[in-house]
Amino acid sequence: MTGSQILLECFKQEGVDTVFGYPGGTVINIYDDLMKSEDIQHILPRHEQAAVHAADGYARATGKVGVAIATSGPGATNTITGIGTAYMDSIPMVVITGQVPTPLIGNDAFQEADIVGITRPITKHNYLVKDVKDLARILKQAFYIARTGRPGPVVVDLPKDVQIAETDFEYPEKVELRGYKPTYSGNVRQVAKAAKMIMQARKPVIYVGGGATLSDADKELLKLAEMIQAPVTTTLMAMAAFPQTHPLALGMLGMHGTYYANMAVTNSDLLISLGARFDDRVTGKIATFAPDAKIIHVDIDPTSIKKNVRVDLPIVGDLKDVMKKLVKELGENKSELKKLSKELAPWREEIDGWKKSHPLTYKQSKSEIKPQFVIEKLRELSDDDAIVTTEVGQHQMWTAQFFKFLQPRTFLSSGGLGTMGYGLPAALGAQAAFPKRQVIDISGDGSFQMNSQELATLVQYRLPVKIVILNNNFLGMVRQWQQLFFDKRYSQTCLELPIDFKKLAEAYGATGFSVSKPGEVEETIKKAFATDGPVIMEFKVSREENVMPMVPAGAGLNEMVLAS
Amino acid sequence: MKHTISVLMENEFGVLSRISGLFSGRGFNIQSLSVAPTLDPSISRMTIVTSGDEQILEQINKQLNKLIDTIKVIDYTSEGQPFVERELALIKVNAEDNTRAEVMRIVDIFRGKVIDVTPKSYTLEMMGTPEKVNAIVEILRPIGIKELVRTGPVVLGRGAKGWKSA
Ligand SMILES: Cc1cc2nc3c(=O)[nH]c(=O)nc-3n(C[C@H](O)[C@H](O)[C@H](O)COP(=O)(O)OP(=O)(O)OC[C@H]3O[C@@H](n4cnc5c(N)ncnc54)[C@H](O)[C@@H]3O)c2cc1C
Ligand SMILES: Cc1ncc(C[n+]2csc(CCOP(=O)(O)OP(=O)(O)O)c2C)c(N)n1
Ligand SMILES: [Mg+2]
Repeated sequence: MTGSQILLECFKQEGVDTVFGYPGGTVINIYDDLMKSEDIQHILPRHEQAAVHAADGYARATGKVGVAIATSGPGATNTITGIGTAYMDSIPMVVITGQVPTPLIGNDAFQEADIVGITRPITKHNYLVKDVKDLARILKQAFYIARTGRPGPVVVDLPKDVQIAETDFEYPEKVELRGYKPTYSGNVRQVAKAAKMIMQARKPVIYVGGGATLSDADKELLKLAEMIQAPVTTTLMAMAAFPQTHPLALGMLGMHGTYYANMAVTNSDLLISLGARFDDRVTGKIATFAPDAKIIHVDIDPTSIKKNVRVDLPIVGDLKDVMKKLVKELGENKSELKKLSKELAPWREEIDGWKKSHPLTYKQSKSEIKPQFVIEKLRELSDDDAIVTTEVGQHQMWTAQFFKFLQPRTFLSSGGLGTMGYGLPAALGAQAAFPKRQVIDISGDGSFQMNSQELATLVQYRLPVKIVILNNNFLGMVRQWQQLFFDKRYSQTCLELPIDFKKLAEAYGATGFSVSKPGEVEETIKKAFATDGPVIMEFKVSREENVMPMVPAGAGLNEMVLAS
Repeated sequence: MKHTISVLMENEFGVLSRISGLFSGRGFNIQSLSVAPTLDPSISRMTIVTSGDEQILEQINKQLNKLIDTIKVIDYTSEGQPFVERELALIKVNAEDNTRAEVMRIVDIFRGKVIDVTPKSYTLEMMGTPEKVNAIVEILRPIGIKELVRTGPVVLGRGAKGWKSA
């Protein structure tokens, strides 16, 4: 078999059914073989960045490894933002890049870029394949590394001559990597200690991160929370891992978290951190972060533990495994548990007090559409299993606050890198994985224009993504900071040129709606959901609305600004 | 605090840049690094001297371990493991009529060797712990060092066991 045939055969063996890619000179052989392949659906986004985000959206929605292909040089460099986005959020992905033929590498050949060098700091691992005999082994390793342990993107750089060269194909059954053995099984003695700490706590808070999604531990999480009747706060990456309508749900913590989540963390005596990495958006000022709490930190990646905060009890392992053990350990003693639940009643009451005094809210308006209102309506009118993606900005934070997620893997958002332009191609990828489910991209007018070319892809492949543009004619999130911290000097954040988004949709053969009255919101959403194919709903929203509450940069979680 | 760490890695293309990229990208300090293949040519061994507070050193160790190509990390300093340490330096020093004898005396005291001679200079080979190399450098400095190259230290744990059983 040739190298490019081996590549497609490996895809098949790995169960890859969909790939997102863009052709060019150094991958032309792969594309020639793809044409003959019936097992693999190839989707052609209009930009390599979008191909990678689409593979990322596919991966987040399904839990499988996303696959993207790009040609050498500019194709490969266009993938960088997508790879960086996936890396920061630990998303399993394999990116295949074409490379100039091996004898030309290092010669500044046409469309040559050292993509292995460029992507080294933003991949979990990467490879340059120099010999076709190594190809099957490397691909096996690439998929294995991408999906196991703490997941992440892996780049495989494939020179053109290696794609053409022939060898016998044999897919290795096992992966032999002496330097890579992620710890899945949590230490039982540590788990027992954790159970003891939980039984002694009087103000516990469960702090859940993206690891709960990555290890599909949502059921165990629900069980644990209900078992000990402790409140649950989720990071941006975990909003869908715990039903946000649950009485124990505190919503998001951190910079734009709820007042009550941040107060609960600040006043807690035990913080049970499950697959979260104490990001600076979450902790605020470290000195005042959960000052009286003992901290249990469960994470599969030892580098996450004690990186930013002190930890009293570290447990390295897969969250699902650790939670199963923990639930079992705690479940042994039913009467003690009952007692604990009673002991925690005053704590729950204290939290309910914060919920009542400072609920998540906004001022409704009769004349202007409030962005938060659109999001509440979207939740009300969409299916429970609707998949929501966002771009980055105010609309993203409002989505986290007001869209009460109910099911795991239904919220796809770029948290770590914070990539504007992520949401539309990610929605494309999620819709390709689940053609029958509702997929909604909640977007801002600024972010939308970073990958709006993907409207073409949606229309071509009949991917009926519903796009919501909360149009404030501003780079709203930055404007908010300028308002609050730079005396309203709106330097370069007003997007002056009004764009006719309805017409833009129509130019691509999609449907467009544009409304500016609150009374039209519900009807527009209903119409959009009833429309076949992709739709843009533009909502001209209140322009200077702010995301509140917020923790100003450098302040502690207990120093929230409540309104502007 | 100064730490001496040995890293055993797959002898693959690009491993050195993975290490140097890790240190520069995360702002870790690197004082010296030496690298060469081991008895098993598929494994290369690096000796890194670095410094930082306890938390940073813990991160350095974990981040090194996290690299897919890393087979083993031994932080001799934090494991409190006794080890032997040697560094090689080549020193080209002024040696004119009035200083030649003086330089020779110093070389003898430090058990160094002269490995190249010209009417105006000696080139010395000096092997020992980094402290010993520092000492001879300081003594020779007033005489005039024209050029100096150091390998950075290499280390092995004391005792009968090799790293595989350590
Ligand atoms: C404009 C903007 C504002 C933001 N504001 C906020 C905010 O107010 N609040 C907020 O929470 N976030 C906010 N974010 C997101 C923030 O930047 C971080 O991305 C986020 O907080 C990180 O979430 P996490 O801790 O869940 O970590 P993730 O990045 O999801 O990391 C997951 C962790 O789980 C571990 N893990 C992976 N797999 C497993 C497994 N199988 N078992 C156990 N552990 C595993 C990983 O090693 C890692 O440590 C904001 C982002 C943007 C762009
Ligand atoms: C690629 C990229 N460039 C710049 C930023 C910085 N940034 C964060 S939010 C934001 C404004 C986003 O505007 P818009 O998409 O209209 O969303 P809004 O905040 O108005 O809801 C900018 C510029 C970013 N996150 N990503
Ligand atoms: Mg905007």
